[in-house]
Amino acid sequence: MSIFIDFVLIPIIKILVIVTFVFVSVLILIWIERRFQGFVQSRLGPNRVGPQGILQSVADAIKLLTKEDVIPNQVDRFIFNISPIIAFVTALVVFALIPFGAELNIFGRKITLYLADLNIGLLFIIGFNSIGVFGIILGGWAAKSKYPLLGSLRSASQMISYEVALIMSLVSVLFFSRSLSLVEIVKAQQEMKVWFAFIQPLAFFIFFIAGVAESNRLPFDLPEAESELVGGFHTEYSGMKFAFYFVAEFAHVIFFSALVTVLFFGGWLRPFPNVDWLNFLDYIPPVFWFLGKLAFFVFIFMWIRATWPRYRYDQLEMISWKWLIPLALVNIFITGLIVILVK
Amino acid sequence: MNNEKEKIEIPENFEKIIHKISEFFSTAIIEKKFDRGELTLTIKPEFLIPVAEFLKQEPELKFDFLSDICAVHFPKEKKFEIVYNLYSITFHHRLRLKVKINEGESVTSLTRVWSGANWLEREVYDMSGVVFDGHPDLKRILLSEDWKGHPLRKDYPLSGEEE
Amino acid sequence: MGKRYLEHTKEIIMNMGPQHPSTHGVLRIKLWLDGETVVKSEPIIGYLHRGIEKLAEFRTYTQFMPITDRLDYVSAASNNLAWVQAVEKLMGIEVPRRAEFIRVIITELMRIANHLVWLGTQANDIGAVTVLLYCFREREEILDIFEMFCGARLTLNAFRIGGLAHDIPPGFKERVKDFIERFPKYIDDYERLLSENRIWLQRTKNVGIISAEDAIDLGLSGPSLRGSGVKWDIRKSNPYSVYDELEFDIPTGEIGDVYDRYKVRIEEMRQSVRIIKQALEMMPEGEIRAKVPRIIKPPPGEVYHSIEAPKGELGFYIVSDGSTMPYRVKIRAPSFVNLQSLSKMIEGHLVADIVAIIGSIDIVLGEVDR
Repeated sequence: MSIFIDFVLIPIIKILVIVTFVFVSVLILIWIERRFQGFVQSRLGPNRVGPQGILQSVADAIKLLTKEDVIPNQVDRFIFNISPIIAFVTALVVFALIPFGAELNIFGRKITLYLADLNIGLLFIIGFNSIGVFGIILGGWAAKSKYPLLGSLRSASQMISYEVALIMSLVSVLFFSRSLSLVEIVKAQQEMKVWFAFIQPLAFFIFFIAGVAESNRLPFDLPEAESELVGGFHTEYSGMKFAFYFVAEFAHVIFFSALVTVLFFGGWLRPFPNVDWLNFLDYIPPVFWFLGKLAFFVFIFMWIRATWPRYRYDQLEMISWKWLIPLALVNIFITGLIVILVK
Repeated sequence: MNNEKEKIEIPENFEKIIHKISEFFSTAIIEKKFDRGELTLTIKPEFLIPVAEFLKQEPELKFDFLSDICAVHFPKEKKFEIVYNLYSITFHHRLRLKVKINEGESVTSLTRVWSGANWLEREVYDMSGVVFDGHPDLKRILLSEDWKGHPLRKDYPLSGEEE
Repeated sequence: MGKRYLEHTKEIIMNMGPQHPSTHGVLRIKLWLDGETVVKSEPIIGYLHRGIEKLAEFRTYTQFMPITDRLDYVSAASNNLAWVQAVEKLMGIEVPRRAEFIRVIITELMRIANHLVWLGTQANDIGAVTVLLYCFREREEILDIFEMFCGARLTLNAFRIGGLAHDIPPGFKERVKDFIERFPKYIDDYERLLSENRIWLQRTKNVGIISAEDAIDLGLSGPSLRGSGVKWDIRKSNPYSVYDELEFDIPTGEIGDVYDRYKVRIEEMRQSVRIIKQALEMMPEGEIRAKVPRIIKPPPGEVYHSIEAPKGELGFYIVSDGSTMPYRVKIRAPSFVNLQSLSKMIEGHLVADIVAIIGSIDIVLGEVDR
C-alpha cells in the first residue's frame, strides 16, 4: 500500500499539480504580458473579459482549441502534425526536474516538492531542450512554404550556437555544486551560504542571454520575426497546433526563469542566506521565494521585449560565437584555476 | 506667388540656358516658350539624347535631376507630346523639354542619361503606349501584364464591355 | 557525389508581399535569395492603382482636391498644398498672406505626423514595438488639431484654390503652441529609446547605403536623398508659399545608410517645430481667400509645380485646354520614384535588412500606384 502511495499516487498528483501550474501560469502570463505591454506602451491592453480582462487568455484558449484545424495541401502531414506536439511535450517534461521547494510534511508523510531528482538532471534538461528545437525545425520544414523554411533554418542555427554558450556557462557552476542534480545545486548554495549568481556573475549573464535566445524572445525572436518572416516557422499553423507552439514558447519562458532561479539564485532559499539576523524570513514558505524569484525573471523577459529592437540573424550568431562562447571558456578556465588554487 | 524680386531674376537665368543650348544645338530647337515662370523647349526627337546629355553635363547648366516624364495625347492631330521636367540640384533651375511624335512612333530612351528614367518611361509606356527604344526592360508597371489598351490615351473607352 | 550536390544548390525565388506585414501596403518584391542573402530583386507594384490621373481629366479643378488626399494618405495636406498651388500658378492667383501662413502651419504639422508614422513603423519593422505606439500617441494629438481645423483627421481636403475654406477656429493657435512646446521632449524620448541603442545602431548603420551620385541619378528626393548628404530642399532652394521668410536648417546625413535617413527625419521634425513656431508668431490678420472666379477656368497652358512633401519632391504637371477640367494631370509622386532605388539598396543584404531599408525610404503605396 505504501509502495502504491509513494510510487503511483503521489507522483500522479504531483504531475497533475505541475501540469496545472504550467497551464495556469501560462494563461496568467499571457494576460500579464499583454497588460504589461499595454502599460509600457501607454494603452490599455485586454480589459473586457472578466475583471481586468484576466479571462481574456481563457477565451483565447477556447477559441484556438475549437477552431477548425487547417492543414494546407502541400505539407508533409505526419511531421506537420507531430512537430507541435514535440515542442509542447518537451517544454512540459522538463518541469519534472524543477525543485519548487524543499520537503513538506503532509499527514506525517515527507513529500518532496519536485517530481524527480535525477543525478543527471541538468543533462536531462539540456537534452530535452534540444529535442524541443526539433519541434520548431521540423514544423517549419514540413510546412513546405518559404517563410516557415527560413524561420526553421534560422532557429536551427540559432539553437545550435546558443546551446553551446548555454552549456559552457553551466560548467563553471558545476565546479561549485559538484553535482548535476538540480536539488543538489540548490543545497550547495545553501551550504556555501551564497547564491551562485554572486560568485559566477559572468556565467549568469551568459546563461540568461542564451536563455532568452533559446526561448525565442525579443531581441532574439528571429525564427518568428513577424515583420520579416510573417509568422516564421508557425506561419502555416492554426488552431490547436498553433496553440501548442504558443504555450510551448511561454512554458519555455517560465522554465528558463525557473532554471535561472535554481542555478544562480538559490532556488527556494531566502535572500541573503549568509546574514543571520534575517532568520525570521525562514518562516515564509520556501515555495514563495521560489515563485517570487521566478516571477521577477519572467518580468525581465517582458521588460526586454517591450523595450528593445530585434537583432539581425548574422549579428545574433556573432554575439554567440564571438562573445558568449569565448567568454564562457575564459570563465571556465579562471574558475577552474581558482578552485584548484584554493584547494 | 513669385514675388517681384524673382520675376526679374529668373528670366535672366533662363536666357542663359536658351543661349547655351542654341549655341550648340541651333537646329534642334523647334520652339522656345517662356510662360508662368517656366521655360519650355521643344526639340526634334532625333536630338533628344545629345541634348539631354549636354544639359546634364554642361557645367553651367547641370540638369542632373530628372523630375518627371509625362506623355500628353492629342488625338485630333494624332500626336503625342513627351514632356521631360528637368531640374538642377546645383543651380536650382528648372527646364521643360518637349518632344513631339506621331502616334505609333517611338522615342529614344533616356535611361542611358538618367537611370531614374527607367520606371518613369515604363509608366508612360504603360499608360500611353509610347515605346522607348533602347529601354532595358520595357513592360507594364502599374497595370497587369495582360491589360489591353493604354488608359491615359484620350481615345481609351471609359465604359462599355471589353471585347 | 557531395560536390555534385553542392553545385546544384539553387537560389530560392521568394515573393515578399503583396500581403506582408512590413511592405507598408501592397508592395510585392520578387527576391532571388541565396540562403538569406539577396542576389537580385524586383519590386512589383500596381496593386493599388486607381487611375487617379485619368480621374483628374473628368473632374473640375475643385473636384479633384479630395482625390489628392488619397495619394499619400498619411500626409494628405501636403498633396492638397501641391495641387492648389499648381492650379494657382496656372491661373496666376495671389494668395493672401494669412492663408499662406496657415497653410504652412498645417503642412508642417502634417510633416511631423508623417514622420511619426514613418518612425513608428520603421522601429516596428526592426522589432521595437513600443516606439510605434508612442509615435501614434503624439500623432493622435496632431490629428485632433486637424479635426479642430477642418473636421477631418486623415483626408483633410484642407485648402481651397485661392486660399482656405474658413479661418482657423478660436483656440487653435494656443493648442498648436501647446503641442509644439511639448513635442521636442517627445522626440528626445524616441531618441533615447533608439539613437543610442546598440541593437538599433547595428541594425541601421552601414545598411542600405546609396551614394549621392547614384541617388541623384535614380531621382531619389526628400529626406532619403538628404540622408546621402545632398543638401537639397525645395522649401529652401525654390521657396514656395512663405518659406523664404522662415528660418530653418536642412539636416543632411553623411553616407546615406538607414541610420542617416533616420537621423535626417528626426531632425526634420525638430525643424518643423521651429517653422511652426515662427509661422504662429508672424501670422498676420486679414483675408484668408483671394478673389477667385466662381467657376475655375484656367487659361490654356501648362505648369509644373512641385513642393517638398514629407517624402520628397511632389509635383503636379497640369495641362489646361481652357475648359473647367484639366486636359492632362501628371503626378510626380516621390514614393514612386524613390522606390526605384530599392533594388540597388538591398542587393547583397539579408532579408532582415530589406524590411529596414523599405522602411527607410518611406513609401506609401497609395502614392506609388496612384
